[in-house]
Amino acid sequence: MRDVAIIGVKNTNFGELWDQALRDIVVEAGIGAIEDAGASGKEIDALYVGNMSAGRFVDQEHIGALIADYSGLSKNLHIPATRVEAACASGGLALRQAIMSVASGCSDIVVAAGAEKMTDVGTEEASSALASAADREWEGMAGATFPGLYAMIAKLHMHRYGTTSEQLAEVAVKNHKNGYFNPIAQYKNIITVEDVLNSIMVADPLHIFDCSPITDGASAVVLAPAEIAHEYTDTPIYIKATAQASDTIALHDRRDITTLDATVIAANRAYSMAKLKPEDIDVVEVHDCFTIAEICAIEDLGFAEKGKGGIVTANGETSIGGRIPVNTSGGLKACGHPVGATGIKQAVEIVTQLRGDAGRRQVEGASYGMTHNVGGSGATAVIHIFSRER
Amino acid sequence: MSSVPRFWRNLGSRYNLEGTRCEECGNYFYPPRNFCVNCRRSGQIEPYKFKGTGEIVTYTLIHAAAEGFESQCPYTLAIIKLDEGPSLTAQVVGDPEKMYIGMRVRSVFRKLGEGGERGIIYYGTKFIPADA
Repeated sequence: MRDVAIIGVKNTNFGELWDQALRDIVVEAGIGAIEDAGASGKEIDALYVGNMSAGRFVDQEHIGALIADYSGLSKNLHIPATRVEAACASGGLALRQAIMSVASGCSDIVVAAGAEKMTDVGTEEASSALASAADREWEGMAGATFPGLYAMIAKLHMHRYGTTSEQLAEVAVKNHKNGYFNPIAQYKNIITVEDVLNSIMVADPLHIFDCSPITDGASAVVLAPAEIAHEYTDTPIYIKATAQASDTIALHDRRDITTLDATVIAANRAYSMAKLKPEDIDVVEVHDCFTIAEICAIEDLGFAEKGKGGIVTANGETSIGGRIPVNTSGGLKACGHPVGATGIKQAVEIVTQLRGDAGRRQVEGASYGMTHNVGGSGATAVIHIFSRER
Repeated sequence: MSSVPRFWRNLGSRYNLEGTRCEECGNYFYPPRNFCVNCRRSGQIEPYKFKGTGEIVTYTLIHAAAEGFESQCPYTLAIIKLDEGPSLTAQVVGDPEKMYIGMRVRSVFRKLGEGGERGIIYYGTKFIPADA
């Protein structure tokens, strides 16, 4: 297997992009990443697009071909274009497919993009589409919603470990503070613990400010074999590990409701592949679709002891300047969560951090970064580790 | 919520908690599985009707309803561990203030939801406190 590097990155703005269609935002991100890499369209060997549910959100399937067409990669070049779906982990999984394509020697220059256009349908329809990431027949038909599933994780975490609503709120407060310094973030407003606790209840104990929003957005990265990466950029960022794990589709079938085993297993595989330990990681983007999800993630990835995620967050250990800065982009909570784009956006943020280009949200001296992307309530986890050095 | 056949083909399970059991490893499955996840191809799956008693593993009071459940909002959703072993997701009927993790519950036949004004009404299994 060949070493792989990221040579170009780009995010569109994240938010309610009323004047842009799905194809517009993916092309904007893709072209931007290719420009950032200093590559030309003719060099692109393959395209992977992470997208969860364009069929539900914009009534459009066949996304790989659509994006290749509107990126000018179809008419004369006819490159292979593949859509990748794993619910909210679609982006991370698209990146993984792209990495394997380059590592195997099948392709050299590959674009991994992710996108979701969520505001062309109403909130109810969007929520219903998102609920399809869980088990429709045996969770959805009982009345489960996505916030409801994570609320049940939160309830048991609180019962078992003494985690408090205030500690959950600290996740949202931190991520909004980070989003304030991210130009593309959907929410750049500073919030307080009281704001979170006073916001309306969605599914007890989760308030609306414990939940990530509905977002339009796209992200893209360009990959190359490590041996030629320096021909494109002075600061290639190397992939040290790509790992993925599955678990039961329904939350009720898990070994432990408060642990995402898919995250634990994928993390173990990733650390082993990279020959690194949790304490070697300098900055991490985790899948905070709900505040409790970030608490579980930092525990399951080895950054906090099981049950101590809330305390660690409230102590500031996951803030910029803390022991292990988490979600410097603002996370899904403040940067926004266009589901198919999120996994790629996480990679863009880590590359930006490792290049030293993150401005006011820069983690000083960051050498190793990690991304953690989850599908559904934990049925898929995709983890990548990145390094400044090959 | 879903098409009529999609709901109808599982009526036995939805109305009467009919699941399955693997004769090879002794594990019970609800929702029913026709392929044992432990024994895989060497498993031997047989039908099994659950007693309908168990306890609350975790729960939430849902204020933003799932599609088709708007008229019941707010409602309590729980993961319930059946006494035979498997867990399922279902609503618990009763005063949310009196519910707690570990509470004993038993199954009852109830209306689940509706497919809009002209759609069918769905019935199925909910749970109530065991001593109710």
